[in-house]
Amino acid sequence: MPMNHDNYESDYIRDILRSVKTIAMVGASQNDVRPSFLVMKYLLDKGYDVIPINPGLAGQTLLGKLVYASLKDIPFPVDMIDIFRNSEAAGQITDEALSLPVKPKVIWMQLTVKNEAAAERAEAAGLQVVMNRCPKIEYGKHSGEWQWVGGNAGLISSRRQQLHSNGKFQSLGISPTLKKD
Amino acid sequence: MADRQPGFATLSIHAGAQPDPATGARVTPIYQTTAYVFNDVQHASDLFALRAFGNIYTRIMNPTQAVLESKVAALEGGTAALAVGSGHAAQLIIFHTLMQPGDEFVAARQLYGGSINQFNHSFKSFGWNVAWADSEDISSFEKAITPKTKAIFVESVANPGGRITDIAAIAKVAQKAGVPLIVDNTMATPYLCTPFAHGANIVVHSLTKFMGGHGNSMGGAIVDGGNFDWSKSGKFPLLSEPNGSYHGMKLHETFGNIAFAIACRVLGLRDLGPAIAPLNAFLILTGMETLALRMQKHCDNALEVATWLSKHPKVEWVNYAGLPSDKHHALQKKYAPRGAGAVFTFGLKGGYDAGVKAVSTVKLLSHLANIGDTRSLIIHPASTTHSQLTKEQQIKAGAGPDVVRLSIGIEDAADIIADLDEALR
Repeated sequence: MPMNHDNYESDYIRDILRSVKTIAMVGASQNDVRPSFLVMKYLLDKGYDVIPINPGLAGQTLLGKLVYASLKDIPFPVDMIDIFRNSEAAGQITDEALSLPVKPKVIWMQLTVKNEAAAERAEAAGLQVVMNRCPKIEYGKHSGEWQWVGGNAGLISSRRQQLHSNGKFQSLGISPTLKKD
Repeated sequence: MADRQPGFATLSIHAGAQPDPATGARVTPIYQTTAYVFNDVQHASDLFALRAFGNIYTRIMNPTQAVLESKVAALEGGTAALAVGSGHAAQLIIFHTLMQPGDEFVAARQLYGGSINQFNHSFKSFGWNVAWADSEDISSFEKAITPKTKAIFVESVANPGGRITDIAAIAKVAQKAGVPLIVDNTMATPYLCTPFAHGANIVVHSLTKFMGGHGNSMGGAIVDGGNFDWSKSGKFPLLSEPNGSYHGMKLHETFGNIAFAIACRVLGLRDLGPAIAPLNAFLILTGMETLALRMQKHCDNALEVATWLSKHPKVEWVNYAGLPSDKHHALQKKYAPRGAGAVFTFGLKGGYDAGVKAVSTVKLLSHLANIGDTRSLIIHPASTTHSQLTKEQQIKAGAGPDVVRLSIGIEDAADIIADLDEALR
């Protein structure tokens, strides 16, 4: 059955967020009031290794991480590509990801970014694809942090929320799905 | 397997309310604290700059309040909500977020008397000007729109007359004008009507009424429909322009479809300050768990009482959309098919004096200025809630001298009817 990219099952998103460890963020910004900065910062706080990609900032550091000009410059494999570019550009970025010596497991396109053809190519190569979503929002919905700002996560559960393993106040993690316990 | 979509009663109990992560407490704890310890200086700075989400100070957010907010948002089908100290506070914050001095909004004349006062008088001192329209005449909304109009405001089920508003028709007017439609859903609650499904953009509640339902706690809520483009027209600079108090952040760009709820919190609530007490949030949450049961009983009782009144020799008329003969019955079937709510008015042939006598002689019904309690309530609007209005305004608001308003509770209907029977003798 083809993926329904308009309505993901909650476990599909949850499993991705629980399994990936390294994320290459294409279009990371150094402007600290832009979403592409705020999302990178949040994912770092949650323990992901985020590698910023931005040709204009290549060689500099952003939130303590070395910025690369393009995906192919990263000298190690990454699990997920988070695309903070427009829908058209997402096609080329997806192709770059697919031509890497070790392919990532997930192509993630940010809120408002959708490229069906690119998604099909990635899925044909065995990757998982998420489009028109933000990993920060999805992490918040699955951890319960989204509710802190009165957000409607569209999820209910009688299971405990999980404090994040970083041991900090006011930081939740994502607990495993029921079927895997 | 596709995610199962829970029903209304399930959401009323579970939405937003997972077991407490620190203690395992199953019922949402009352977080009776004013402030929260930071992890370190960076965490503090991130929280203040909205680079991280979390509690700083209970004037802005509180964990008990947050559960209430998520639950209200889920029941309304909105993206996010903000709970505040009262319904009036909710309205103040909504308009503070939308309006600049000199701006206008269009409101239906058929509103709670307290809202009419707030709009006519207190809002004037902010330079926010209300233009009144008639919810029975959709074209009156169109005619009231000017280039300075920033919103349209209506009640889904109007207080005190129990009239049903044609939300979809007014939503079209708002859409054409490029302004949000705000719907006060206090009288209906999302059990009876979900305004977002009919094109509303913002829902406001007095949680004091049916949502809490027990007459014990003040509270209000703002719900973001997540369905309005705040940046398109340039009419809403607080949402679309760089914000000076957050290092130039653009709230709509950063927070997308919850931007309105966030702006209400981090600008309106932060600066104006009408926070909800954690204990009140807790009491309202407890009440909301039985919302589906209570609202159905409220509606069933109200229909029984209204039917009885409509046959009473001393009663001139009954305004209850649940009666098949009522002129709003068709709209009720469309917008609130499970019931017409529990608040309605009737007219006594004996006029003002008969109204005063009725409220003075009831023994089970309580004579007080509230609605949406488990107890049945009675009031004579012309001498109380609507007494600040002129007689003409009273009549236009459905609160003329002969009018008695009931808020039917969830006692046994036969006992409510017996008490009214005595009082009308």
